[in-house]
Formats: sequence, structure tokens, C-alpha cells
Amino acid sequence: MDDAALSLGLTRGMTVTHAQSLVPDLTVLDADPAKDADALVRLGHWCTMYSPLVTPDPPDGIFIDVAGSAHLFQGEGALIEDLLHRLRRADISAKAAIADTPGCAWGVSRYGSGGIVSPGRASEAIASLPVAALRLAQSVVSSLHEVGIERVAQLASKPRASLRLRFGADVLLRFDQALGSVTEALTSLVPPEVPQRELKFAEPIGDPEDLKRVISKLCELLCPELERRGVGARRLDLVFMRVDNLAQAVRIGLSRPYREPVHLSKLLAERLVLVDPGFGIESAALTASWIEALTERQTIGRHIAAEGSDVDVGQLVDTLAVRLGQDSVYRCVPVESGLPERAVKRVPALDPAHGAAWPKHLPRPARLFSPPEKIIAIAELPDRPPRQFTWRHQRLRVIRADGPERIHGEWWISEGETNLTRDYYRVETADGARYWLFRDAPAERGGSWYLHGVGEA
Amino acid sequence: MAPASPPTTIAELRRWLERVEVNGHATSEALPFAVTEIDQHLPGGGLARGHLHEVIEGGPAGEHAAVATLFAAGIAARIPGPVLWCLRGRDLFAPALARIGLHPDRVIYCETWKDRDVLPAMEEGLRCCGIAAVVGEVTRLSLTSSRRLQLCAGETGVTALLLRRWRTSDEKRFAGEPNAAATRWRVSPSPPAQGPSDHIDRQRWLVELLRVKGGEPHSWIVEACDAEGNLCLPATLADRSAAAEESYRAVAG
Repeated sequence: MDDAALSLGLTRGMTVTHAQSLVPDLTVLDADPAKDADALVRLGHWCTMYSPLVTPDPPDGIFIDVAGSAHLFQGEGALIEDLLHRLRRADISAKAAIADTPGCAWGVSRYGSGGIVSPGRASEAIASLPVAALRLAQSVVSSLHEVGIERVAQLASKPRASLRLRFGADVLLRFDQALGSVTEALTSLVPPEVPQRELKFAEPIGDPEDLKRVISKLCELLCPELERRGVGARRLDLVFMRVDNLAQAVRIGLSRPYREPVHLSKLLAERLVLVDPGFGIESAALTASWIEALTERQTIGRHIAAEGSDVDVGQLVDTLAVRLGQDSVYRCVPVESGLPERAVKRVPALDPAHGAAWPKHLPRPARLFSPPEKIIAIAELPDRPPRQFTWRHQRLRVIRADGPERIHGEWWISEGETNLTRDYYRVETADGARYWLFRDAPAERGGSWYLHGVGEA
Repeated sequence: MAPASPPTTIAELRRWLERVEVNGHATSEALPFAVTEIDQHLPGGGLARGHLHEVIEGGPAGEHAAVATLFAAGIAARIPGPVLWCLRGRDLFAPALARIGLHPDRVIYCETWKDRDVLPAMEEGLRCCGIAAVVGEVTRLSLTSSRRLQLCAGETGVTALLLRRWRTSDEKRFAGEPNAAATRWRVSPSPPAQGPSDHIDRQRWLVELLRVKGGEPHSWIVEACDAEGNLCLPATLADRSAAAEESYRAVAG
């Protein structure tokens, strides 16, 4: 049911004649459950871009386990926004929720406000929802309504034994699944054409060293397949199946296509801390869920990089990004802006060389304070550099000074900056230390002084 | 590893010891400062590449390590190749590095908040062949971690530069703890030669070599890095007066 249908007064389960009386020119198509299920699986394959653990939930839902992969999308909030945005662009109206359990997310997305349910808040999130939010059959829901149980909270207050007797075991199972006291496994959905290798173990394993060996073995199995296809992996999904049928997934992103087993297994091993082996792991599957063409054969060698040549830092960047997060490894490029704090932009570390640098004639401090620190400064004359200033309870006497360098606010970015001017001065104190000060308005307009940075050669 | 024939002269013995010290590898090349006085003083005629070097800020506002940052950036700028800079905060201002010859395209920043993350990140960078230098900002450095860095640097020939950072005077004391760095430098701003004026030219630094393997401590007054990261001796001050040096040695013990 999309919004357009709802606004016309149509509801699910309505008879065709009733609907046609409401909307005279309604086009009626026969339902084709097989085709719908097919389309849902196709959408599920598309959803593997968010996580390897995707389970279609016919007729109209998809479960995605984002526990091991939300970090690649800058967190759960950004992931959900990205997902909904992409679906909207494809004319698919959708609701989404992230919660501790599939059951809770199911209810909150369909009957609640959607969004993110913080960890441990599942019971609060579903308490006020109608009982239908527990994925119960229509007949069970109506018999619950008959005895006046409308909300999940009412259900929770009833004795379990009588509920089971009266409404069947399904009610309790769904309730426990939503709260997480009964776990529900999501399977991984792998499109058939994607390179994948799987290992099954005779005995369950759980030792980190064993898992590391499994990872290198899987990488050694997968990489020849990638080479045969002439591709490299941009994203790898490693799914461990535990003996209790719970899947533990690890996903890594790569800055460029790779099929070098040592490097790939090293990156996967970095994320191994996220895997809880529980009572043991009985199988493991490694999938290259995003591949890109890679034709040349990769070799590794020591001391092969000649001086000044294009050194391959891709592996280093990947290792650090997997360990510290994608945002923590970057390069800085210049932005044309008068305001010093805006003159630097972060770009991904492996972006092509930018070429440009900041203007060399403008002196800039080695350490910039954000925000600038307020100081008390005394100048002999207006529009002259200060003679002395007090910073962090320290009185500093200025021996030499240079300036001003006038900087204007960027009114096209923010209206508050229309009248902003800063006069920057480089000053050197008696002990030779250098500071970068500014006055945030000309002296006649009563500007106050700030220290914006230290150290400049 | 026994030498082919017993070493006969002191010079030969010294070379042999050097070989043993650096893990059996031949001693790496040195990066000259292009300041004759400093290069003559350093064993090997410059800063040994493929080693760990430590830089401490000596001036006021030492917690910002501004001068030490520029000194380390100047060294990194003079080695061709990419540079990995492991940050421990967000106060580094890239335009200042570009002004002394470290082009922004050459520097990869790796942002962490703890020493615990900086040191492994540095090791990772040091294992990457062809990188010019790895700069790391740390508060504490144990003897073991410094040895690990030194070993990684020795294997690939990547130069490791360590900037000591601190926030409180308690943390500052960690900078004095012993470690396995090949050299330890203290850099501080030096008062200008002339009196008050309206013009600012190149800053002067007091560069103190506090410790060097196989050499003596020394100190120099130099002019700050130029656009290529080179230091130079001030024209009016070719050498420091003997008295100043004596007093420094007394302090250094």
C-alpha cells in the first residue's frame, strides 16, 4: 500500500468492487505472488550492498543484518538514510528501522515511527505498538482483539501459560523473538554470479588463531577465482556460521581492487575482534560482493620502489582505514577561501594528486586553534600590532610584528559573515616564539583580539 | 656474525660494530642537513635514514610542539616520496607544512586520538617500502615500542620521526624517558638577533642534539626551514660562542 493508495481511502483486504466504487477508474491487475517473490529476491540482492546477511521476508519485507557493516556507511543513521534515499529514487516506497532483533525492527518499521531503536530498548520500542506488530497471523490478531488485547504491552502483562493455551505457541515465540530472548538467524543471500568460496569444518572452531588460518585459506581459494575472471575485490564479506545457527559477518571495503591473498587476509584479520565465535563455528564463506576489473598481475616485493617513483600506498591506506575507520585516513587539499579554518579540505587518501598548494607568500601557523582563543592585547595605536598580550594567564611582550593581513567574511556562505573582517598579525615575543593573532573588527569598531595559531617559520 | 678477519684498526672496529648494531643490515644512507656544521657533527654525515629520530619542543607553549612540528616536517620534506603523518589531535595546519616544502599531495594523514593507536599505525607505515618518512605524535613511548619502531624502520629504510606531545607537565615528564631512538633533538625558538622592528624575517631556532648514537651532543642556532625545508646558519652567527655551549653541556649533564 503506497501513500497514493492510502490517500484515496484504499486499504489492504478490501474487495475489488468496494475499491472500484471509491475509485471509479481503478486499474485492477491479478496478483502474481511468484513474480513478487522473485522481485523481492532481486531487491534483496541489491540490498547486499549494505550487508552480506540479507533475508527476503515475503511478501513485502527484507531483513538486513547491518551489525558488521554499518561502519562503512558512517554509522547506522547514515546507512538508513542512504537506503531510503536510493529506494525513493527507484520509485519504491519503503520504511526502515534498525533494532537489536529482526522482530523488533519488523514491528517498528511497519507500525512504529521507523528509524533506529537504541540497543537494549527493544521492549520499550514495541510496548506501545499494536499486537499485529509481532508478525502474527490475522486470525490470532483478531482473537486477541476479541479479548481486548490491543497493544504489545497488554500482552506482556498476561501470564505466559494461559496465552499459549489460548492463542497458540506462535504468540510467545514472536514476542520472544522481538525481544531477543529467542534468537532468529538471518541467512546470507548471495547472487549466483558472485565469486564465493566456502569451508566447512568437521569440528566447530573458535580459537582466533584458527579463524586467522581459515581466513588465509579462504583468501587463497578465492583469489585464483578472481584472477581467472580478471577482477579484483573492492569489498569482501566473510560470514561465519555458528553451531547455534547464528551468522557472524565481517565486511571490509578496499580503496582499489585487490586480489592479493596476503593483503586481503590481513585486512580481514583486523576485523576479527568483531566476531563472537560462541560455542564454535562450523562453516565460513568468503564472498567478493563488489568486484572491479583488474588485469595486471600483482606482485609484492621489497625495495622495488625506486626513488621518486609512484609508490603503492594503497595497501597501507586500506590497512589503516580498516583499523581506524574510513574517515581517519585522508589527505588535505587547498580550498580557495579567505578564512584559514576553511582553507583545508579532507579528501580520500588515494584521490588523484590535486597539484595545487596554498599560496606560498601567506604565512600560516603550524598549529591552528579551533576555535580561536580570546586574548587581552594592548596596541599603542589603532590598526597597529599589539605591544603585549595575555594568553592563558601569561603576559607576553611583543618584540617584532608583521601585518595586518585583512581577511573578509564569506557572505555567500553564511549571512552572519557579511560584516566579518579579521586583521591578522604575526608577532614574535622576546623569547623568539611566534604567534598568529587577529582582531575580529577594525579598532574603531571595537574589535577584540584572538590568538588563532602558534609557530610559523 | 664473525668478521672475515679480525678488525685491526679502530675505524674498522667501529664499522663492524655499526653493522652488528643495525640488525646485520649495512648502515643506511644519511640525509644531510646541508648545514656543514651539523652534518660534520653527525656520524654518517647527516640524519640516518631508516632509523627512529625523536624531536621534542623546548620553547614556551611546548604542548603545541609548533617548532618541533616544523623541524620534523622540514626533514620529511627533503626525502622524496609520500609521507604518513599519524596525528593525535586536530590542530595540525597543513598550509604551514606546504610552505616548507611538504606538498599536500605527498602527505597522508592518519587521525587517531590515543598513543595506543598511533604506534601501530606508525609501524604499519614503516613497513611500507618507498614511503619517505613516517611522522608520529605521541605522549608516551616505552623502550619496547621504540625498539619495535626502530626495527620496522631498519627493515625498509623508511625514516621514523617522533614528535613528543603533552598536555600537562606530568605528561611532559614522559618525554625524558629513555628509548631506542637513534637521535633525540630539542628544538626551541631563539630570540631574534636585532631589537624591536616592524618586520619579521625567518625565525631562528635553537636546535639541540641531545643524544646521538656514536656521537656527542651539540647545539646550534639556525634559521628556520625555507621553502624546501632546508635549514641554514645565520649569516651573523657562524658558530656559537664557546661559553654558551659550555653552559648547555653543564645543563645536559
